[in-house]
Amino acid sequence: MAQHIVSPEVHEHHTQEQESLKTAGFWLFLISDVILFGTLFATYVVLVGHTNGGPTGKELFEIQGFVISTFILLTSSFTSGLAVLQMHAKNLKGLIFWLVVTILLGGAFLFIEIEEFLTLIHEGANIGTSAFLSAFFVLVGTHGIHVTLGIFWCIGLIIQLRKHGITTVTKRKITNFGLYWHFLDVIWIFLLSVVYLMGVM
Amino acid sequence: MWDSIKEFAADFFVTGDPLIYGADVSIALVSIAIVFVLTYFKKWKWLWREWLTTVDHKKIGIMYLIASLLMLFRGGVDAILMRMQLALPDVEFLQADHYNAIFTTHGTIMILFMAMPMMFALFNMVVPLQIGARDVAFPFLNALSFWMFLFGAMLLNISFVIGGSPDAGWLSYPPLSELSGSPGRGQDFYIWGIQISGIGSLATGINFIVTILKMRAPGMKLMKMPLFSWSVLSASITILFAFPILTVTLALLFLDRYFGAHFFTLDGGGMSMLYVNLIWMWGHPEVYIVVLPAFGIFSEIVATFSRKTVFGYNSMVFAMMVISVLSFFTWVHHFYTMGSSADVNAFFAITTMAISIPTGVKIFNWLFTMYRGRIKFDLPMLWTMGFIPCFLVGGATGVMLAVAPANFQYHNSYFLVAHFHQVLIGGVVFGYLAGIYYWWPKLFGFKLDEKRGRWGFWFWNIGFYLCFFPQYFLGLDGMTRRVYTYGWDRGWAALNFASTAGAFLMGVGFIFQVWQIAYSVRKGERDKTGDIWNGRTLEWSIPSPPPVYNFARVPQVQHVDDWWREKEDRENGIVRPQPELEPIHMPKNSGIPFIMSSFWFLIGFGFTFDWIWLVIIGFLGVFGSMYARSFTYDVDYYIPVDEIKKTEQKLRGATT
Amino acid sequence: MKATHKRLRMLGIILVGVGMAVFLAGCGNPMVLDPKGQIADIQKEMIWISIILCAIIIVPVLGIWIYISVRYRDKPDNKAPYEPNWSHSTKLEVIWWGIPIIVVGVLGYFTVVATYDLIKPPKATANVEPLTIEVTSMDWKWLFQYPDQDIATVNYLNIPENTPIQFVLTSNTAMNSFWVPQLGGMMYTMPGMAMRLWLQAEGPGEYLGMGANFSGSEFAKMHFKVKSMPQNEFDAWVAKSQDEPAKLTRETYAKLAVKGTVPIQTFGQNEPTLFASIVVKNGGHHGISIRGSDPVKSNQQSSGVKSEAETKEVSGSQQPEQNQ
Repeated sequence: MAQHIVSPEVHEHHTQEQESLKTAGFWLFLISDVILFGTLFATYVVLVGHTNGGPTGKELFEIQGFVISTFILLTSSFTSGLAVLQMHAKNLKGLIFWLVVTILLGGAFLFIEIEEFLTLIHEGANIGTSAFLSAFFVLVGTHGIHVTLGIFWCIGLIIQLRKHGITTVTKRKITNFGLYWHFLDVIWIFLLSVVYLMGVM
Repeated sequence: MWDSIKEFAADFFVTGDPLIYGADVSIALVSIAIVFVLTYFKKWKWLWREWLTTVDHKKIGIMYLIASLLMLFRGGVDAILMRMQLALPDVEFLQADHYNAIFTTHGTIMILFMAMPMMFALFNMVVPLQIGARDVAFPFLNALSFWMFLFGAMLLNISFVIGGSPDAGWLSYPPLSELSGSPGRGQDFYIWGIQISGIGSLATGINFIVTILKMRAPGMKLMKMPLFSWSVLSASITILFAFPILTVTLALLFLDRYFGAHFFTLDGGGMSMLYVNLIWMWGHPEVYIVVLPAFGIFSEIVATFSRKTVFGYNSMVFAMMVISVLSFFTWVHHFYTMGSSADVNAFFAITTMAISIPTGVKIFNWLFTMYRGRIKFDLPMLWTMGFIPCFLVGGATGVMLAVAPANFQYHNSYFLVAHFHQVLIGGVVFGYLAGIYYWWPKLFGFKLDEKRGRWGFWFWNIGFYLCFFPQYFLGLDGMTRRVYTYGWDRGWAALNFASTAGAFLMGVGFIFQVWQIAYSVRKGERDKTGDIWNGRTLEWSIPSPPPVYNFARVPQVQHVDDWWREKEDRENGIVRPQPELEPIHMPKNSGIPFIMSSFWFLIGFGFTFDWIWLVIIGFLGVFGSMYARSFTYDVDYYIPVDEIKKTEQKLRGATT
Repeated sequence: MKATHKRLRMLGIILVGVGMAVFLAGCGNPMVLDPKGQIADIQKEMIWISIILCAIIIVPVLGIWIYISVRYRDKPDNKAPYEPNWSHSTKLEVIWWGIPIIVVGVLGYFTVVATYDLIKPPKATANVEPLTIEVTSMDWKWLFQYPDQDIATVNYLNIPENTPIQFVLTSNTAMNSFWVPQLGGMMYTMPGMAMRLWLQAEGPGEYLGMGANFSGSEFAKMHFKVKSMPQNEFDAWVAKSQDEPAKLTRETYAKLAVKGTVPIQTFGQNEPTLFASIVVKNGGHHGISIRGSDPVKSNQQSSGVKSEAETKEVSGSQQPEQNQ
């Protein structure tokens, strides 16, 4: 590192500048992700009636399953918030603890989702059954992939936290992860309303 | 064993056409030559250190430029081949399927792998210099965008010799582009080539929004920002909202083809009209994405070469923003004839016409920037002058096409082909060429030769009108686009022949430009002042080519056209204070963008050939690269003051 | 330099001259501007209105462009005023925001009126009973069914003159677009959907029709002749066609659906439920709702495609085999 050329304060100043840019960029990324999900939602809404004589949402969705996943994901969003609070309190242990809880809840959510998918496929309702099911699997699956990536991201962050502690850089990373996780929560609320609740109604 | 190898080769390599064998041989020869030269001159290390791992926006800009010029050549050859096939009725130069592949790759390459990278070349070459920044907001991401684009483009381009070219049109409407209509590999190359480079484009959009919003030199309020940077901002915002739609659309088409989903298929309840809507929700903004920066370029050039402040700055900014918003509300005009109700067609006809209003205002503003100025017709200005009539007529035919009831008679005909070539060549290509001529000395330190450039200009322009004006009449006479042949009884021979002649003239123009570059590298006028055009904006205040850190001192901006004002001040004996030099904070080079993009290439290639093992390797590589980057904390360095002083002295020695 | 300029200019003039000569020789009277029916007439009118309105802006602007670039050239002896900082004039900007807004307003008015006009059946022949033709674009041929005459043709159309023709369009594979320029504008043929398009021919004549949207290999060969003829001649042709031994059945249709080009054909008998089943098979499982132009109000169901109920029956009882 060539930081010896400048004082630590100056370097810290530059680092903070860089990190604030990255948070701004991350917000823009989230906007693009909103568009991505928006397109998938639009596709789903257009194709929801195209069941090709196959099963409809009403026949497939089980209320118990999606209520439990909603509860788990909302809780994980809450725990990720607690993690950020611990970060601001400069409590590394608390931060890592709540991140681990968040990951575990995310994993549980994924587990339920995968099981739901497997059940559907077992019942003969797979991605190739009808346009409606293609749209369903892709919309919900894309959210699931986002959750999966979030979990791997978080694991990476925990390792970095153990190595570097709470610094300007790791702080920004945790903040962005928190944004991402809340964002997935919001997307899920829309999924819940548009896909599941409207599906069973 | 031997049989299975033969079977594999027949599937893997494209066979059966002498043109393709020729391409095979030339690709092999060129590759061998490149490897030989690099090895012989011991340049591998240099290539890796200076180019493949660079995060410097100027070098990335230059690489974009080179790639886009190569793609312009490839797309141009496609165009010439098509025009040769259509020169006369019943020509048997190309087979139907070969012709179909050529117009598909021509369109795809010209929009996505020529116009887009040429635009990004200009973004990269100019924006940080123009706003007084030392690099873009995310230099690493910038390099990643470039390599994603390049590997995506390569993926599409190798389809010519391996696996087969896509041949379902540049927007690949399903169900033709589904497995039922296009069972070959070409369509998968198309999807992954665009998908990979599209992710790069989205990242570039985000990068430049943050760069422009957060990294302007102190004092440069948004309304004091040069108009080119404004145009980049508006284009980048449009990218941010449009490109995710493309990503989703192509992903859905891929899922249809690969996993048997039914989004757009003939059976299973698929709906091809949905695809047409989605692709144009991206596609129409895309047209404005590429043309907005051209508007910015003209604004800079007109002001510089008329030696006058640009007229109606506020109007110009407002017009660009209106265009980028309206561009999201016109997509249906690409398919008025798909049975939409009169309400829908009327609405989109009005929005489409409305978008011509701010565009027209910009033309007036350019004209009145020239009014009461002192106009010099150097090459950049010459291309701008070529642009104005061309874009006016192209815009007018656009308004004609917007008239929904009349559109039923133009749609999918050569009238449409002539129109969009007129706006895309007359607007985008002329604009980018003007921009390249304008900023070339800044990036390379020498001017491109005027004389050869003028020959190029006139061949391009005369060729253009000769090529595309006949096509308006062919369209009105019932010639539809994408036909690979037609009969003598149609009476289209003379106009088609003229059109082909025009295409060749444009080809000659391009050859002149290549000659011009080759000639100027050795004999072009050297730029010793850094301000070869008597410019107005910050990029002209630093040496050409700029040092790696661009600005030794971050400029303090006071006005629009700040550099021009500073020069005026100097003439009046006012010298702005020069703050002390400080060590400069710079990003470190990284090989990860190159490596990660090559893994993306493997993913695309693997999906195209159903080689799941390759896809898995690719994904592992991509995630490995992301992790490696996330765990890298040593990403920057400082340039000490002594070194800055030395560099500045060397660069400015002759002038100051 | 001067000599080069002169040479360049000469070259330019010669090329432009050659170009103009070719134009005059080549364009004659292009189809779209030589309409033979009421629909195409309205469209031609719209084309001219838009050309004139655009010219109102373009011609003066080109004049200004030439004037400015000549008058304000950077020459040492140029006495024209030079005002390097003159960069704003509210009055001027209001003018050139205003003019295009007005022009677009006028053009927009005409456009909206014509848009609503053209989706209705032709007014001039409102009293004439319309003829319905069901059109299917295939790889790479056109199937035309005359449900009320109980005949079908491939790759050619005969129609009675001065009669509104109701085309109902679909595709059995890729999208295409049905276009007979001299009778009127085009309409897409979409798999799984049915579109309505009104056309009408004035007087007898023979017109070129074609597929206008790329649909694969032999797309370029998808053109056909449309012959309009007096009613009695048409009736005679129908009667003669009904005697043709070839019949359109699901079997002959399946043969026809094989990819490739075919010569013109006539079927002496139509398969009445075929068209609806093509639409249904390709995703139109909600029965047929026809997009595009308005139907004739009084007899919406009498002519045209089989009704929804019948369609459902078709799709339920006999799902036709997959196409390729």
